[in-house]
Amino acid sequence: MTVHTPEQLAHEHRRYLQVFFWLALLTAVELAVVYPHISTLAKGLMLVVLAATKATLVALFYMHLAVERRTLAYIALTPAVLCVFLLFMLLPDLGAFTRALTHATPVTAEAHE
Amino acid sequence: MSQAAVAEHDLGIEPAESPLTPESWGKLGMWVFLAADAMSFGGLLAGYGALRYGDPTWPIPKTILGIQLTAFMTFLLICSSVTMVEALAAIRAGDQAGLRKYLMLTIMGGMTFLGLQAFEWTKLLFIEGESVAKNNFGATFFILTGFHGCHVFGGVTYLSAVLGRAVRGVAGAIVTAVVAVACTFVLIVVTSHFVSGLVAVIAAAAGAGLVYLVSSALAGPRPTYDAHNNNEVEIAALYWHFVDLIWILVFTFVYLI
Repeated sequence: MTVHTPEQLAHEHRRYLQVFFWLALLTAVELAVVYPHISTLAKGLMLVVLAATKATLVALFYMHLAVERRTLAYIALTPAVLCVFLLFMLLPDLGAFTRALTHATPVTAEAHE
Repeated sequence: MSQAAVAEHDLGIEPAESPLTPESWGKLGMWVFLAADAMSFGGLLAGYGALRYGDPTWPIPKTILGIQLTAFMTFLLICSSVTMVEALAAIRAGDQAGLRKYLMLTIMGGMTFLGLQAFEWTKLLFIEGESVAKNNFGATFFILTGFHGCHVFGGVTYLSAVLGRAVRGVAGAIVTAVVAVACTFVLIVVTSHFVSGLVAVIAAAAGAGLVYLVSSALAGPRPTYDAHNNNEVEIAALYWHFVDLIWILVFTFVYLI
């Protein structure tokens, strides 16, 4: 078990508070982005980038991945990579997207009857 | 098992044997579990995205869901992550009282989060008329937030067990965790019957106070954790930060976008 020196602990304490400040600030920015009338795509992209930044900050500094062995970082990255892969696998089945690509008309209730 | 390993086991210290994880097998185990759990959340979020993208009639979440309340809940979880790292920092410095204080604050944060979620669900179900069976929006919302809520509940129980162990070994851990489960359950029931978020905060404070009193009453002669032996606290902290990390994503994808 690694024993931390008082200097290391003081440095970590400062880092924790800095990360907290950034997490709170980024959450406030997220709220500021939600309400103005800007395009859905731009808003979505900004929110995804902000959320990914916050999640990375938590993983790096609160879960200590920044100072851990690289093996643990690989384990942590695996689900992220697999989820992106899953999204690409689902992409062909996304209704509106598929309709736009194939120019097929949506199935209406009348067509069913 | 070698004599050294037996001695380490008796002291609650894990043998450092693997080049993969010289610090702790427990930490590696927790990371593998978290990776598997992240894939569960990833699957749910991907399914949510696919259903939403394919449905032009999907409602705009901010017109139905209370963004301000959930922003506060997000801030609450971030604060609880800070108190959790402070708990770990405290015990790394050998500060027993600091560990107990910050663990208690983290547990209180988790309980308040659950109370506010119960309040939010009650409002959506009985006032707004949403339900898990009404449409895909309701189904995905309640499943995603409910799955995360279960993780927070598990986290509160887990941290209470660590708090119990910090004061009196395994017996303390069991008693404190049982009290935390009972308090959290009562908190959820109470909150979901009163349409006020303030009730959640008050009930959480009362419940957490009871957990603290029980753990204090159990205080043993020799503390379990110290500056050299705090691996269990670090592993519990990993779980709690993961719960916070997942909420950051759920908040963005389900509430904001």
